[in-house]
Amino acid sequence: MATEAFAAADESFGTMDTPPLTLKTINPKVLACEYAVRGPIVARAQALQQRLSADPSSLPFDEIVYCNIGNPQALYQQPITFFREVVALADHPALLQLPEIEKFFSADAIGRVKRILQKIPANTTGAYSHSQGHMVCREDIAAGIQKRDGYPCNPDDIYITNGASPSVHNILKLLIRGKMDGVMVPIPQYPLYSASIALQGGTLVPYYLDESHGWGLEISELEKQLKAARNSGIAVRALVVINPGNPTGQVLSEENKEEVVKFCKRENLLLIADEVYQENIYCEGKKFTSFKKIVRDLGFKDSDFTLVSLHSSSKGFYGECGRRGGYMEACGFDPLVKDQLYKMASVDLCSNVPGQILMSVIMNPPQKGDSSHPLFAKERETILSSLKRRAKMIVRGLNGLEGVTCNDAEGAMYVFPQIRLSEKAKKAAADAGVKADSFYCSKLLDSTGVVVVPGSGFGQVPGTYHYRCTILPGEEKMPAVIAKIGEFHRKFMDEYRD
Amino acid sequence: MASGDEKVFHPSKLNENVKKTQYAVRGELYLRAQELLSQGKEIIFTNVGNPHALGQKPLTFSRQVMALVQAPFLIEDQNVRLLFPPDAIARAKQYLSSMPGGIGAYSDSRGIPLIRKQVAEFVERRDGYPSNPENIFLTDGASKGVSQVLQSVIRNEHDGVMVPVPQYPLYSATIQLFGGQLVPYYLQEESGWSLDIDEVQRQYDAARGNGVNVRALVFINPGNPTGQCLSEANLRSLINFAVRNRIVLLADEVYQENIYQDERPFVSARKVMMDMGPPVSTSLELISFHTVSKGPIGECGQRGGYMEFTNIHPETVDQLYKVASISLSPNVGGQVMMGLMVSPPKPGDYSYARYVAEKKEIIDSLRARARIMTDGFNRCKNVTCNFTEGAMYSFPNIHLPKRAIEAAQKAGKAPDVFYCLRLLEETGISTVPGSGFGQKPGTFHLRTTILPPLEKMAGVMATFQKFNDSFMAQYADSPGYGSSQGWSRL
Repeated sequence: MATEAFAAADESFGTMDTPPLTLKTINPKVLACEYAVRGPIVARAQALQQRLSADPSSLPFDEIVYCNIGNPQALYQQPITFFREVVALADHPALLQLPEIEKFFSADAIGRVKRILQKIPANTTGAYSHSQGHMVCREDIAAGIQKRDGYPCNPDDIYITNGASPSVHNILKLLIRGKMDGVMVPIPQYPLYSASIALQGGTLVPYYLDESHGWGLEISELEKQLKAARNSGIAVRALVVINPGNPTGQVLSEENKEEVVKFCKRENLLLIADEVYQENIYCEGKKFTSFKKIVRDLGFKDSDFTLVSLHSSSKGFYGECGRRGGYMEACGFDPLVKDQLYKMASVDLCSNVPGQILMSVIMNPPQKGDSSHPLFAKERETILSSLKRRAKMIVRGLNGLEGVTCNDAEGAMYVFPQIRLSEKAKKAAADAGVKADSFYCSKLLDSTGVVVVPGSGFGQVPGTYHYRCTILPGEEKMPAVIAKIGEFHRKFMDEYRD
Repeated sequence: MASGDEKVFHPSKLNENVKKTQYAVRGELYLRAQELLSQGKEIIFTNVGNPHALGQKPLTFSRQVMALVQAPFLIEDQNVRLLFPPDAIARAKQYLSSMPGGIGAYSDSRGIPLIRKQVAEFVERRDGYPSNPENIFLTDGASKGVSQVLQSVIRNEHDGVMVPVPQYPLYSATIQLFGGQLVPYYLQEESGWSLDIDEVQRQYDAARGNGVNVRALVFINPGNPTGQCLSEANLRSLINFAVRNRIVLLADEVYQENIYQDERPFVSARKVMMDMGPPVSTSLELISFHTVSKGPIGECGQRGGYMEFTNIHPETVDQLYKVASISLSPNVGGQVMMGLMVSPPKPGDYSYARYVAEKKEIIDSLRARARIMTDGFNRCKNVTCNFTEGAMYSFPNIHLPKRAIEAAQKAGKAPDVFYCLRLLEETGISTVPGSGFGQKPGTFHLRTTILPPLEKMAGVMATFQKFNDSFMAQYADSPGYGSSQGWSRL
């Protein structure tokens, strides 16, 4: 009856002293979601940064080193010249009229921009585009996917978004009807997935990666978790796989990927393949193969298998995080579902156009024979080989520490070492009211200025502790960073020895 | 378990709120226009406030700075002064030094501190009251900020948000996506789309009587699609209403630089609130939205926006920060564009004269087009149109004869959709039917932008009139039916 609802309504109004938009009265799903990558430890780091700016000698270190987030250019990784030429020119095409322009920009970049702008309505980046992204950009992305995989790609299956993250939100929003819908997510995982599932009011169904076997993905574990979820009344709708893994860095083998595809087919699950680190592979003998290729190699067509593949401009060797470029390829979708995806994209009108252009150039880069190729290839090789060296350096350094084991970073941008904490340390953490890995990470920050993210932010087997650290500090800086972490660790272990 | 033949992502197994959501601006009419375009037909797109797509030029200074920020190697070249003026180079250097790692790095999830500060300074200059950068979040367009706020406000299906009718359907779509209830308050077409606070109160009371917890009220000033500019008295009454009923006021002010009359210049909700002094100025919970997509800068494709929190509980701001952080950061190019909009060339700067001239040309042209369009619609049979006082749209009232309504029903279309589809097929003019924005039942409108180039405007209006008058003749109830004066105003 109206009066009961009215009474309930009154409760939210509070007294005149209680503003209506407080923690008590905002959407509980917003309250419930968490995102540790920019969580409390980062807030603490920013406060310390302020102290350092005010008084450089006030702390036992002279700079904050942000190893909490895969943000390469913030740590001075250089952008790829060709990509910057194209977006700069596309945003200021008046430059193309100037005769001196060829002193400043490569002929390839000029040609590319002219071609792209010609195919964009009104030839400008200042207008809203088609809600899935400009057709010329989607065609270039589709061509790049086709070249990579050897299978056709339809530009209508491409949705360009501000980074890959909005695509994840859109798919999960569309998929999750309520708490009874479950999405399988690897543990440890990139917490976009847990946060997004919480925001949509769904259920996260974890499957544990096997740390003792290089963070391997076991089908038996998938089957076990799926069965348990179904037994408790959850309709499991999708499986998320992050390959290469974040935070774990493992690169799945072909056989593993085939098993995953067959599992999804058997159990009628949507496969969400987060492949944003596809160009960050450091392990000899392993290469990236897309899930799309595996699906097609197994003989599954659009009518047989539903797959979402995600990519981004933020990672790889280009690291253009700030540009917010990304896309999802949605294969095998019912046309009525695609209509819904389009509709959702249209409410925000479109993603940023320079990001669309950037993503299309990433998928269609300079080729051998192009005049800009030598510089492009050199820049790419410099960055990737350095990432590879740094990955090895930090894994080696961490494995040398007491009680620390660290799997190889086969790909992506992170290491995820396991730390074994004494009872004394655990007790100190509990007394301080924080999780044991958060306790360790806070102390690491306070004594060295190095910012990492506690493993609890990603999920881990209960009773184990980890943290995620990027491999991104510059190569000249890396030995010092590793040394600082090591020195802190030894002191910590001594201080809290049982 | 679903059978192997049935897709897991089946239309019958989708989030219900998504299925119910509508966004007409890129809905049926637009999709049909795209189809015709791909068949080679010439289409005049007037469905979206997308200035650059219709030939409005970008402001030169903004694009110069953007190019330099994206390609910093240009600044290192000693010949850069051949291509760029000194103040553009200086501003690019300033922005680059404010972002460690340059435009390619994720920024703070709330935006680059320097640019948030520039926004605060802009607000202070505009309103005469201090503004705190800590209460300003930059977003990927204003739409993103609206979405994040509504997500936090709407807890369940009993929560309601008051929205003007007609409205910009971002609000109806987003409220539906988050499973809340839209509580409409009708603007008064017969008095220039004015806002009547008694109507607001009536709707509020009715909603509460139905068990709806009204949490927030949105107003759009200048209005979209209606273009009306609110008076200070209007804003005061809205503010008092919000304070009295303890609801959050959401001020969509994205068209604040698109003003085409002098009687009611733009005044921000924040200024009016501050002018009212305590207790109102310390208790009203206000969130204000702005964008780079409109105004003379018109940079829709860059996706730059901001929201400013006034008297919002700090813990709530923290939660909004948390939600923003999940998407890491707004795109940095859009942030730079926002900085350039709120902090343009100043008197004495090298680029100032050009900036002023470019801006004036755009606004003068928009003002002229607003007039031409309004007058053009009012010349048509059975069409009445309020003047576009601000924003970018014209929202004429199409008084459809009974036979046209019947024909629409027979075709299975809403009457205004039927009219707009015919208009599109016969003339290539792509509009958005009024039903996409909401309208008083029994009335029909369409929204068109005032953006077709000035030199094309007379031709567009003539084409429209030819179509309309022959449509009206075709569906006339009796011979010689209906001049535009034949309908009494409601």
